[in-house]
Amino acid sequence: MPFIEAHGLVKTYTPKGAPVVRALDGLDLEVPQGTVAALLGPNGAGKTTTVKVLTTLIQPDAGSAVINGVDVLDDPQAIRRMIGASGQYAAVDENLTGFENLMMVGKLYHLGSKFARQRASELIELFDLTEAQNRPVKGYSGGMRRRIDLAGALVIKPPVLFLDEPTTGLDPRSRIGLWDVIESLVSDGTTVLLTTQYLEEADRLADSISVIDNGRVIAKGTADELKASVGGQRVALTVVDESDGDAVRTILAQHGHGDPVVTGGRTWVVPVDDGPAALAAIVAAASAAGIALHDAGMRRPTLDDVFLQLTGHTADETDETTEDAA
Amino acid sequence: MSATTNAAAGVSSASGTLTPVPGSAVSRFLSDGWVTTWRNLMKIIRVPEILLFSLIQPIMFVLLFTYVFGAAIDIPGDGYTSFLMAGIFAQTVVFGSTYSGSAMAQDLKDGIIDRFRTLPMSGAAVLVGRTNGDLVINALSMIVMMLTGWLVGWRVNSSFLEFLAGVGLLLLFAYAFSWVMAFLGMAVKSPEIINNASFLILFPLTFISNAFVPSENLPTPLRVFAEWNPVSALVQSARELFGNVPPGTPVGDAWTAQNPIATVLIGVVVLLLVFVPLSMRKFATLSR
Repeated sequence: MPFIEAHGLVKTYTPKGAPVVRALDGLDLEVPQGTVAALLGPNGAGKTTTVKVLTTLIQPDAGSAVINGVDVLDDPQAIRRMIGASGQYAAVDENLTGFENLMMVGKLYHLGSKFARQRASELIELFDLTEAQNRPVKGYSGGMRRRIDLAGALVIKPPVLFLDEPTTGLDPRSRIGLWDVIESLVSDGTTVLLTTQYLEEADRLADSISVIDNGRVIAKGTADELKASVGGQRVALTVVDESDGDAVRTILAQHGHGDPVVTGGRTWVVPVDDGPAALAAIVAAASAAGIALHDAGMRRPTLDDVFLQLTGHTADETDETTEDAA
Repeated sequence: MSATTNAAAGVSSASGTLTPVPGSAVSRFLSDGWVTTWRNLMKIIRVPEILLFSLIQPIMFVLLFTYVFGAAIDIPGDGYTSFLMAGIFAQTVVFGSTYSGSAMAQDLKDGIIDRFRTLPMSGAAVLVGRTNGDLVINALSMIVMMLTGWLVGWRVNSSFLEFLAGVGLLLLFAYAFSWVMAFLGMAVKSPEIINNASFLILFPLTFISNAFVPSENLPTPLRVFAEWNPVSALVQSARELFGNVPPGTPVGDAWTAQNPIATVLIGVVVLLLVFVPLSMRKFATLSR
C-alpha cells in the first residue's frame, strides 16, 4: 500500500471578476514508503495546492487523500502529528533566533520543554547553524533561512516530509548544499514529497517524478523512464551569432524530424534518427553555409525535453492563465 | 540521523518519530497559548520600535491636549487635565488593540500561520497569544500614560479598588476589541489596509464621544451619537472609577450614558461572544 495516496483531487478558486480556476483537476498521486517523489511543473500547475491539501492547510472540493492509513480530511490532527512541512517561503519567525524557532516548534508538537530544547540543539548542529543559532532569523542569508525552515520540519523526525520548492530562489551553491542535506535525510527512510520547477532537482533527488500541468498529472515515472519516453537522440547546435538562427533552423529541419526548438537563445535542438550520421551532415551543411558554430554535439533527451514534449512549453515558462493560490 | 531516545521524557516511539508527552487537552491549550504569547512578546523585545511608538503617541496626546486645548476648554471641577485623562486612556487602548489586526495579517503574509496550521497545536491558542500580546502592550502604555498624566497634574480621587477596577475595565474592553481586529486581520489579509481602515473608523469613534470634550456641547446629531457611543461609556466609567467626575456633572439621557459600567461590561461580553467563535472559525478555514 502506498504511504501517501491521493485520488481525484479537485480544487477550484473563483477570483473576483475572473473565470473559475481549476487549481487541481483530478490529481492522482501514490508515493511508496521510504521513497522520494517529486511533483514537477511550472508555476500555477497545482504543485503547492497539492501540498497544501496533504498538509491539512486546505480542503479539496473533491477527491481523497490518505497518509499512512490516516484520512487527511477526516483526521487532520493525526496527520499533523506525523508530517513535517517546509514551505516555499521560509515560514519561520523573523524576530526569533534560529534556536528559539526550533524550540517553539518542538513545544507546539508538545514534546515538552526539556526535550524541545534538546532536539533544537541537535538540529542546529545537524544543519550547521551553531554560530548563527542565537541571532534573529531576519539577519540570516537565504540559504540559512531555508536550512532553519527545513530543520523546523524535522523536529519530530516525521515519517513523512513535504518540501514545497525547497530551493527556489537560492543561488547554485546554497542549492547544492541543501540537496546534500535532503539526500542524507532520505537515506534515513523518510518518505518525501517535494515540489520543484527545477528538472535538475527532480532528477537528482527523486525516485519517481510526476509531471503536472493544469492541475493534473500528465506523466509519471523515474527520470530515466521519462527521458526514454521522449525517445531517440538529438543533435544540438550552438551558434556564435544569434542572427544565424533561421539558417540553422532550416538545416536542422532538413536533417531531423519535427520542429527544431531553441533553448537559451543560441542553442538549437532537433530529434534525429541516426545520431552520428545526422551530426556529421548537419555540421557539414552549417560549415558550407558559412555559419560559425560555438558548439555541436549529440544529446540525450533531458527532462526539459520531456516537459516540452508533454506540455508544449518549457518548465521555466510561467503559465499566466492559472496561479497557485498563495 | 540516529534515533534519539529520551527515557525521561518518554518521547521516542519505535519508528523513531518523536511523540508528544502525555497531557490533557486543557494543559496543551494553555501551553500553546503561552508559547504563542511568548512569541508575540519576543517581538516587542526584538522590535522595540513597536512599543516605543505605541508609547510615544499617548504621551504626545496627553501633552498636546493638556497644553493646547486645556486653556480653551472650561471644565467644571478639577479642570481639563482631570477630565481628559480617562479619554486619552480609552483612545489609546482602543487604538492599541488594532495591532492584533495588522499583526495577524502580517503573520498570514509571512507564512508563519501556515506553519502553525500544519502543527498539531490548538488554532485558538494562536489567537489567544495574539490578543494577549496586545493586552501586555496596552498595560504597559497605561502605566506610561498614568505617569505622564500624574506629571501634568492628573490625580486619582477614588479608592485603590476603584482605581484597579477602572484600569481593569479599560484593558478588558481593549482585549475584547482585539478579537474584533484579529478577525478583521484574517478577513482582510493586508496589514496596510487594516492600518488605514482602523484609523478611519476609530478616529471618528473616539472623537465623537465624551473623550476630549463634554458631549452635551456637541450639535444634536453628534451629541446623540456620542451618548450612545460605547467609547463614551468606557470613558465615563473610567472617569467615575478614577474619581475624576465632579458630582452633578451632566452625562446625557441615553441608557448607556446613565449606566456606563454596565454598558461596557455588556459590550465586552457581546464582542467576545461574537468574535471569539467567529475568529476561531475563520482561522480554521483560512486559505480554503
